Amino acid sequence: MNHKLKLHRVTKAFQSEEVEIKALEDVNLEVKPNEFLCIIGPSGCGKTTLLRMIAGLDYPSSGEIILDGDRVSGPSPDRGMVFQEFSLFPWRTVLKNIEFGLKIRGMEDKERRQIAERYLELVGLQDFGNSYPYELSGGMKQRVAIARALATEPSILLMDEPFGSVDAQTRNVLQEELLEIWRRTKKTILFVTHSVDEAVYLADRVAVMSARPGRIIACMDIGIPRPRKRTSREANEIRERLLVLLGSKHQK
Amino acid sequence: MRRPTKEEGLWLVPLIIVLLLWEIIAGYVIKDPLILPRFSAVIFSIYTLRELLILDILVSLLHFGIGMTLAFSVALPMAIAMGWFRNVFRAVDPIIEIVRPIPPLAWIPLAIVWIGLNHYAAGFIIFIGAFFPILIDSYTGFRDVPRVLVETGNVLGCIGNIKLIRYVALPYALPSIATGTRVGMGVGWMCVVAAEMFGVGNSGLGYRLFQKFYFLHQMDYVVAYMLILGVLALCLDRVFRHFVEDKLFRWKKGIVK
Repeated sequence: MNHKLKLHRVTKAFQSEEVEIKALEDVNLEVKPNEFLCIIGPSGCGKTTLLRMIAGLDYPSSGEIILDGDRVSGPSPDRGMVFQEFSLFPWRTVLKNIEFGLKIRGMEDKERRQIAERYLELVGLQDFGNSYPYELSGGMKQRVAIARALATEPSILLMDEPFGSVDAQTRNVLQEELLEIWRRTKKTILFVTHSVDEAVYLADRVAVMSARPGRIIACMDIGIPRPRKRTSREANEIRERLLVLLGSKHQK
Repeated sequence: MRRPTKEEGLWLVPLIIVLLLWEIIAGYVIKDPLILPRFSAVIFSIYTLRELLILDILVSLLHFGIGMTLAFSVALPMAIAMGWFRNVFRAVDPIIEIVRPIPPLAWIPLAIVWIGLNHYAAGFIIFIGAFFPILIDSYTGFRDVPRVLVETGNVLGCIGNIKLIRYVALPYALPSIATGTRVGMGVGWMCVVAAEMFGVGNSGLGYRLFQKFYFLHQMDYVVAYMLILGVLALCLDRVFRHFVEDKLFRWKKGIVK
């Protein structure tokens, strides 16, 4: 078995007032271990739905999702998820947010505190362990969300436009940090974004989706060695090609 | 530059002015203690009545305690059920909305017939008064839990209603529960006085004020008890806020001040 995650003919249809709306049609995708895969596509193409199905928060109408050889049938801590919206529990301090999954699992206080501190350090917020989410900036909140998702040691990290609601500068910093985290934890990351720039900067491979009904129209390897330069000629070329791919489907 | 420390005693000034005006108007304009007893006379009455007063305060607090405990322990489980499970809400809400507008005082005859002339009957009226504010604010809290928090819980292994309620919904709803309880305490306190006034039981602040002092036209005593009712309610509210809101909701700062 050479893939971490496999989507096989995944289709999702929503029923709304006697009309069936196809959100996703026949999506096939294989993600390799340790791969950083970005999914891009126009808004409304179902990329978030796809990620939610992998997380187990939604169910495919047909087809199957296989992670580490097991069929996904519901949410589980072996798939970490970072949402686009700020999703920290506001009544828990930063450390207690990170500990949440471990607490649910029944791990004892001391042990989970140690693990939480380790992940807090990984995202560079060791001075904010006892702060409440309202005291943090948007970028810091998302860092904590990443630490929290990683703390349960998931087999794959799913990220749904996690940097969509922070400003551009913070976004660049967070992208760099995410790459560093990825390098250190060797996680498989599935990252949904609508930003071509983000995908080209982050990904090993980019899957391009079409407008509704969403399907994967192309997969492109980003062969640029890291650390990447956002403005390099290769990056621009790849961006250009991705934009053409996205644009051609728009006209349909 | 305006310094906030200078404004700390600001509330004292109007208070003193009002009390002085009261004293002067009662003493030199109205000159009839039956219509408006002087402030100083009222303070003196409090001193005269101190032993009776303490007994009445304790009895009223007992009524209040019975009613609030009952209201809270019935309203909270119902609020969880109504706020978390859509179908329970749909099934129960019409009944709630029919019973809710009935003034608590309209329940007094039934309370007396069912329970008798005792502390529990008074407690029952307070229960009716405090129950609905607690219920409604609390179920709103449970109903409004953001989807993303529930799903975050799910992905982190917090699955199933019991775990989700315990770890996600309840902490999220706590401030609403506290607000409801605070409002319920206010309504409940008014009901204490009213229930006692109608003679449910034979002591308590309301009972004494209406059944004894008023019938004897001792208006200075009446006003003294009124003052005590106000100050006591203020204290209850402050104690509640100190122990519940300030301690429990540090995380809420920034959302509500």
